[in-house]
Amino acid sequence: MQDIGNALVLLSNFVIVPATAYGSQLALGALGVTLVYGILRFSNFAHGDTMAFGTMVVIFVTWGFERLGIGIAPLPTALLAIPFGILATMAMVLVSDRLVYRHQRKNRAPPVVFLISSIGLMFVLNGLVRFAIGTGDQRFTDGERFIMRYGDFKRMTGLDEGIAFKTSQGLTIVTAIVVVAALFWFLGRTRSGKSMRAYSDNQDLALLSGISPERVVMITWLLSATLATIAGTLYGLDKGFKPFTYFQLLLPIFAAAIVGGLGNPLGAIAGGFVIAFSEVTVTYAYKKFITYLVPESWAPEGLLQLLSTDYKFAVSFVIMVLVLLLRPTGIFAGKAV
Amino acid sequence: MSFLIGKGMTGGYGGADILNDCTIAVDRGEIAVIVGPNGAGKSTAMKALFGMLTIRKGSVMLDGKDIINLSPQDRVAQGMGFVPQTNNVFTSMSVQENLEMGAFLRKDDFSETMHQVFDLFPILKEKRKQPAGQLSGGQRQQVAVGRALMTQPKVLMLDEPTAGVSPIVMDELFDRIIEIARTGIAILMVEQNARQALNIADKGYVLVQGSNRFTDTGEALMANPEVRRSFLGG
Repeated sequence: MQDIGNALVLLSNFVIVPATAYGSQLALGALGVTLVYGILRFSNFAHGDTMAFGTMVVIFVTWGFERLGIGIAPLPTALLAIPFGILATMAMVLVSDRLVYRHQRKNRAPPVVFLISSIGLMFVLNGLVRFAIGTGDQRFTDGERFIMRYGDFKRMTGLDEGIAFKTSQGLTIVTAIVVVAALFWFLGRTRSGKSMRAYSDNQDLALLSGISPERVVMITWLLSATLATIAGTLYGLDKGFKPFTYFQLLLPIFAAAIVGGLGNPLGAIAGGFVIAFSEVTVTYAYKKFITYLVPESWAPEGLLQLLSTDYKFAVSFVIMVLVLLLRPTGIFAGKAV
Repeated sequence: MSFLIGKGMTGGYGGADILNDCTIAVDRGEIAVIVGPNGAGKSTAMKALFGMLTIRKGSVMLDGKDIINLSPQDRVAQGMGFVPQTNNVFTSMSVQENLEMGAFLRKDDFSETMHQVFDLFPILKEKRKQPAGQLSGGQRQQVAVGRALMTQPKVLMLDEPTAGVSPIVMDELFDRIIEIARTGIAILMVEQNARQALNIADKGYVLVQGSNRFTDTGEALMANPEVRRSFLGG
């Protein structure tokens, strides 16, 4: 019994808790991608770097607050800085829409032109962020680090294994739930939200109903900027901020959006967790877990790790390719890519 | 002078002219039907009235005002409702949300209009929480007409409202359209089912190659031997 308990706690600590937090971060990122796809009909490659931009602003503001001695301990100061990050990112996104995408919309350019433009924007943002904050790792987590410490858990339960539950993980999960609930309320209940869904569903009919495309596009960008900043900040609090990592995040985020069905918000959330759990379960070494469960003589010799963590991106890639081959509309039947 | 009138319309989608000196007019409380063989420019004529293509010559007047320079969206705001032939509902949204989107431009309380639509199409009230994409063809058409009615249009234009529905549903739809016309709305529709449509029409336009061939009351067109022979199958 003790062994089964140990095995489950071990799995929770190294797989379930981190994957849930990571899944929430991916879900928020994928929501931004999926909204833009649903309304503007293109895959926004700049989303990862939009996250980096928003997080960068949050970090600067956090540092400012820390210097002024403003904080909300035991919670991280970054939470206080998020609204500033969101506002700055909204401004940046609207300016880039004005400079880059609006022109293409006017010309009724095909989606691929938008996609290539977004790649260009991605490089610009990438350079901008590196220039402003540097290419290295930035830590901006302060306040209480743990909700539950590894040692405390062991003492409380008397098990050999413990669970460490970081504040950043708890915050991520709670924030994700709140943000998703707010987003779905917006899309399902408000006039603007419904007009977004109508526009995404049937553009021509939305025009016939008097829905203004420019307004819908603007709201979409504002939502996407908000989601990107929150997702980026939560990821940064959890794992540290480094511009290159955010660029790399693009792959799992797209995989999540595609697995769930592009353009479908519910799918983006499901996709985020599918990708996160796949990445973590495939790259986790099960040796210790199995050792707890089987008689001593059966204990495995190898690590029982399917894939080294260095290859975790391969997991999202394989899932994405399989989904595109077998079910291009994704789990929740979004738009075919 | 008629409430909505497109006079001497000539134009097309950019290339060759599809309409040649075509005139269509409809008055309030009246049903006007455009019939004709395939490729006669029936839908094109209606789209021209709605501003969905450029007219080189001719004029479009609504209630005595020239609206030739207005975009389709602006014409909706001026009191024109349009029901496209296909993709005319928001499939992923509920029936009620479809109607709400129809009333998007209205700032006042539109619940009264929604009641009227539900009175007209009782089945929609029953299914108001269901996604429109899950409804049958006939019910979808009712949602589409209902959506257009939500703006309280003065003119309602229907592009083949009975395409792809069963004869029973077609009769039912035509009955509803007559009811709508009785409330004082001008109705202009394009129809494949020429016979049935002319039966309920106050005014009929037979188009051939983008020009008016016959224009008369629905009754007179039905009685006209040449129209019967050429367009109504004897």
